[in-house]
Amino acid sequence: MKDFWKRFSQNRGAVIGLVILLLVVVLSIVAPFIFTKSPWAMVQRPFIPPFTMDAFVLGTDPMGRDLAAGLAHGARVSLLVGLVSTVVSLLIGIPIGAIAGYFGGWVDDVLMRFTEFFQSVPSFALAVVLVAIFQPSITSIIISIAVVSWPPVARLLRGEVMSLRSREFVEAAVLSGQTHATIIWRQILPNTLSPIIVLASMMVAAAILIESSLSFLGLGDRNIMSWGYIIGAGRTVIRQAWWVSFFPGLAILLTVLALNLVGEGLNDALNPRLARKGK
Amino acid sequence: MRRLISASLALFLSTTAAFSQAVPGGKLNLIVQPEPPSIMIGTTTNGPALLVGGNIYEGLLRYDEALKPMPSLAKSWTVSEDGLTYTFALQEGVKWHDGKPMTSADVLFSANDYLLKMQPRHRNLMSHVASVTAPDDKTVVFKLKEPFEAFMRGLSFYTMPIIPKHIYEGTDYATNPANDKPIGTGPFKFDEWKRGSYIHLVKNPDYYVKGKPYLDELYYQVIPDGASRSVAFETGKVDILPGGSIENFDIPRLKDLLNTCTTEKGWEYFAPLSWLWLNNRKPPMDNVKFRQAVMYALDREFAKDVLWNGYGKVATGALSSKLPFYKDVEPHYAHDPAKAKALLKEMGYDGKALKLLPLPYGETWQRWAEAVKQNLEEVGIPIEIESADVAGWNQRTSNWDYDIAFTYLYQNGDPAIGVDRNYKTSQIAKGNPFNNVEGYSNPELDKLFDEAAVAYPATKRQELYDKAQKTLQEDVPVAWLLELGFPTIYNCKVQDIVTTASGLPESMRDAWIKK
Repeated sequence: MKDFWKRFSQNRGAVIGLVILLLVVVLSIVAPFIFTKSPWAMVQRPFIPPFTMDAFVLGTDPMGRDLAAGLAHGARVSLLVGLVSTVVSLLIGIPIGAIAGYFGGWVDDVLMRFTEFFQSVPSFALAVVLVAIFQPSITSIIISIAVVSWPPVARLLRGEVMSLRSREFVEAAVLSGQTHATIIWRQILPNTLSPIIVLASMMVAAAILIESSLSFLGLGDRNIMSWGYIIGAGRTVIRQAWWVSFFPGLAILLTVLALNLVGEGLNDALNPRLARKGK
Repeated sequence: MRRLISASLALFLSTTAAFSQAVPGGKLNLIVQPEPPSIMIGTTTNGPALLVGGNIYEGLLRYDEALKPMPSLAKSWTVSEDGLTYTFALQEGVKWHDGKPMTSADVLFSANDYLLKMQPRHRNLMSHVASVTAPDDKTVVFKLKEPFEAFMRGLSFYTMPIIPKHIYEGTDYATNPANDKPIGTGPFKFDEWKRGSYIHLVKNPDYYVKGKPYLDELYYQVIPDGASRSVAFETGKVDILPGGSIENFDIPRLKDLLNTCTTEKGWEYFAPLSWLWLNNRKPPMDNVKFRQAVMYALDREFAKDVLWNGYGKVATGALSSKLPFYKDVEPHYAHDPAKAKALLKEMGYDGKALKLLPLPYGETWQRWAEAVKQNLEEVGIPIEIESADVAGWNQRTSNWDYDIAFTYLYQNGDPAIGVDRNYKTSQIAKGNPFNNVEGYSNPELDKLFDEAAVAYPATKRQELYDKAQKTLQEDVPVAWLLELGFPTIYNCKVQDIVTTASGLPESMRDAWIKK
């Protein structure tokens, strides 16, 4: 653990990313306590520019809603969607990749063709279609993001498992009579954890981007304030009120950047080859 | 003695605006927003469909700002002294766009057959008519069952477009291929519809008014994004932004551009009124106290000032103040959350969450839905906003599959034409999003409306409508929002774009471009 932290902190970008990410997490946790009113509440006159009123630091949107409140509450939605959809896509991708890589042969063929089917459709277009079919809601958005983002997980895991499959410790496990499930679960999966963690951090970033894009296009959950929604609604008035689109855009940029930096840091810290070099 | 209304006088009035130096030629680009499902206005009568279809189909009459009739397909008319027989003489030399002559047979077909089957508004009008006959090719006689003063205001392109008999007779009206390539008598012919891009109309060279139309071509551009529509006007890609086609936030900015004119005229006939359908069949909307609470909860002044830029007017009740027989009756529903809460408590509202269906006509309506949600939640009514496209919204409202839904409807010059259809028991019928969708039924009000429609003279009608308005005001079958104001924004080089009470849809025949 100490080693891990040391290697992680050698990447300055990763540390900055982690700090930003922690700030966003804290913001999303304290949002309901700082901004007790609903972010939809129309609290002041519309189009107040930022930094002109102490009570509304970031100004108000075209309907007089507090932009800062919207950003804070939106952080929670973005993180929630990012995390949950990543977990769901891991839950789909890991079993498929592990089974394909472990058993090989026709099982591998069938599962990989199935995976390729999803990879051959542009992922954002598929997400749009899925959300449109299932009616936009937070659940349907999470599910469609998960559906379009699990294939890379499956492919990554298949490769990892395939290389581990022929290692001595796995063969030893087979000889000692362990079941396939136990071997996959106890012997192989723990050894694939590092690349999955790295990939997952990038996937959270991608999921946040997809959610924002969907909301921007008006396919977000109509009852939830999210960053993409604020930009989408603010876009029509960008000539009069730049700040309505600018601040949530900045928030998305920083969060996604932070996640990518953290992902890179994790890669440095967890990559066994780099680790050996470090020692 | 027969009262003769001089057609030539009316014709003179209609052309004075376009007096003298009108020059032919040129093309105009307009915005149509959203893209209509069809421009066959015999069946599809929402705003965008009319905007385009009004150039292709015509009615017997047009109306000036004060809703006085002017000739259209009828060149002159007489009304018998007892107010029961209306005789119309049709224009000479009118041809359908496919070259066939238009005759009284087409009027009979439209009035007695096509529109009777396809249009509830027309059915409503025809319930006052005993017979429609044609003594000859160029004359049509309407015999009424009882005097019906509103009849004269019900013959527009919108309430009674004349449909070609030779194309529709004996076919399935809803699926006739001519619905996609409409054939009418109007000043412009259908040329091409590139879905998602534009609708192209071209001048009808055989139009029966000599010298008209002046313009050669009309392009109705489909630009789905509000900001892009404003930019299209700024860059000169479009010349006319019909009312409601750009985001209201953009209006002040565009208005101040060089060479830009605006007009709020051309909505006198439609008199658009917006409201929330409250599904009276379902609890808690079946409770009058709940409906009143909704009225008190809504901050309609805010909606007008912030969302509609101060255009329009807060609706006082079921009738637009532009309409004849309008009266401002008690009680007034000012924004009063405390009163709303008290009413909800009194009725024992259980806090059940309700669904709100916004009107899919652009950002302003989405924002409005958010504001209404906020208003209602402040008094303790949890709201979930749903999403639907135009087709979905039509389907949901016409099949009564909603709790609360936005709408706005045209009132069409007379309460007997454009208002009572939303409240009478006889107008409860699935499949139409513009009739009594809320399912309100009150036999007393039915009687008032029925009597008011046929009462004579106008003072007697006023008396009955006063009572009807009072009843509606107390029962709140729907939650009235605003009398909408839709300024048309246009390039000042375009002249005479509004020459009737219906504005753009039927004024293009008079429009011309200053060189």
